[in-house]
Amino acid sequence: MRYLSWAYLAAMFGFILLPVAVLVVFSFQDGRLPVPPFNGPTAEWYAKVLGDRDLMAALGNSMLVALASSAVALTLGFLAAAGFAQARLPGGALMRGLIIAPMTVSYLIIGLGLLQMFNWAGVRPSLMATGIGHVVINLPLCFAILSAAIGAPQKSALKAARDLGAGEAQVLLLILAPMIAPSLAAAFFLSFTFSWDEFIIAFLLTRFDVTLPVEIWSMLRSGLSPETNAVGSLVFLVSVLLVVTLELTLFRKASK
Amino acid sequence: MTADVEIRGVEHRFGHFTALHRIDLSIAAGEFVVLLGPSGCGKTTLLSLIGGFLTPSEGQVLIGGRDMTHVGPKLRPTTTMFQDYALFPHMTLRDNVGFGLRMRGQSRRARDAKAVEMLAMVGLDDKAGRKPHALSGGQRQRVALARALAVEPDVLLLDEPLGALDLKLRRQMQDELKAIQRRVGTTFIHVTHDQEEAMAIADRIVVMNAGQIEHCGTPEEVYLRPRTLFSANFMGELNRLPVRPAGEGVASPLGPLPVPPAEGILCLRPESVGLSGSFSLGRARLTEAAFFGAHHRCRFAPLAAPDMRLVAHLPQGSHPEIGAEVELFGRDPVILPEAA
Repeated sequence: MRYLSWAYLAAMFGFILLPVAVLVVFSFQDGRLPVPPFNGPTAEWYAKVLGDRDLMAALGNSMLVALASSAVALTLGFLAAAGFAQARLPGGALMRGLIIAPMTVSYLIIGLGLLQMFNWAGVRPSLMATGIGHVVINLPLCFAILSAAIGAPQKSALKAARDLGAGEAQVLLLILAPMIAPSLAAAFFLSFTFSWDEFIIAFLLTRFDVTLPVEIWSMLRSGLSPETNAVGSLVFLVSVLLVVTLELTLFRKASK
Repeated sequence: MTADVEIRGVEHRFGHFTALHRIDLSIAAGEFVVLLGPSGCGKTTLLSLIGGFLTPSEGQVLIGGRDMTHVGPKLRPTTTMFQDYALFPHMTLRDNVGFGLRMRGQSRRARDAKAVEMLAMVGLDDKAGRKPHALSGGQRQRVALARALAVEPDVLLLDEPLGALDLKLRRQMQDELKAIQRRVGTTFIHVTHDQEEAMAIADRIVVMNAGQIEHCGTPEEVYLRPRTLFSANFMGELNRLPVRPAGEGVASPLGPLPVPPAEGILCLRPESVGLSGSFSLGRARLTEAAFFGAHHRCRFAPLAAPDMRLVAHLPQGSHPEIGAEVELFGRDPVILPEAA
């Protein structure tokens, strides 16, 4: 029984991680195709990727869009969550529902809607348009995470702060934000990851400057190559580093 | 540093529910007033109205003679010590206590000095650099008090602040609260449902029930000369005898009693019933007795009404044998009209 459960665990990790492992292994393929047999390691493809201007530009664009859209989504989500936590509004439940609703809509539909609306409003496809699209998908997420983090202790601390003479901005910045800092960080990094990975909206709403997933997709159109594996491995490495640093710093501190 | 509070015709409704019915109450500067009543009686609502967390549906709240009815908590000369302490978990005790001063634009040096002084008052100055999670419940309580007093409010509002503490600590904090209140001279308005706590700390007790003030007076007045049956009952155990006027005295189930004639319920505290007193309650048989340390709690069956039980607190070592017949006496009689 004991062996069986270990086997089950191993199978589960295999299922989750094998595709990534294959991707990473064949990014070192000495040859033109990332398929077995493995011909021996080479760093040639990594050199090529790092020397590829378009790819590096796309990487920069992705970073910019992810940082900016996550920051905006986090700010708006924080303000909305703080507001709903403290004020009793007529139709409050309905308004909460409306804010969270975009989470249930597929990215394709949101992307199409944004494309038509931007066309009509005369906004050209651009990184800015993509960033706005990413705010649309990440705002509900930030709102949901932060709303859940504001409970009775936070509300009563806010009440006490006001009682001691704090203004609204001070209440939010000096009391609420530090009290829910772990959730703020979680919401920000989740938003960042979703924006970083997001393809459909970015594909529909960019034209000349593209984000990394769109650039990878256009590379794939010319067929499989260990170069795309190398890009994927690099992106994966960045994500892993991010998660590990978070785990070691912020979340460990918060759980104390 | 201190101010009087005046509540004029204050009524408060939550939707269709009326939490307070036209309350009038004057609290003098420097007074320690306790709002006492069962849960749902409106005492916390009244405190919130004074603190500015609620705006009354009707009526006025005056603090220090100024109309504060529509002023928010931020600008009122009041601070509140909350039931759950509401300390800021990410700040040290020094920063917690100094927060109000920081909001008033004081320099870090000035507010740190004041914060340490306030912490010293509650005996926690050696922990100024700690955070709230490192403290016990009683210590957090003291920090909350220091924080609320650091801004030198005219009126301190205490919302059942001792409810979460164990009995011994509660008694100790009551003494401390009383001592600190005398020292700083600030008006304290304290909410509780514990009548012993109310008597231990109050200059004046306001007994509330169903959104109305039942009685307002010193602990002695409220306990010994209650104005309503509710207030008499709430303040402590009671022997209740229905009476009606008969000649010079009253007629009761125990027979005629020589007390001023009135119709209603004759109330006698257990300690006002005993083997001596100002008037006789007739003979009775002791049915049960229990030793409570400070007194014996005895239950008597009067011979004139054997189904009835009179509870008496007799001094240590002076109660008769169970089953013995003695003559009981009463003192401090109060006759109150039956509740409508």
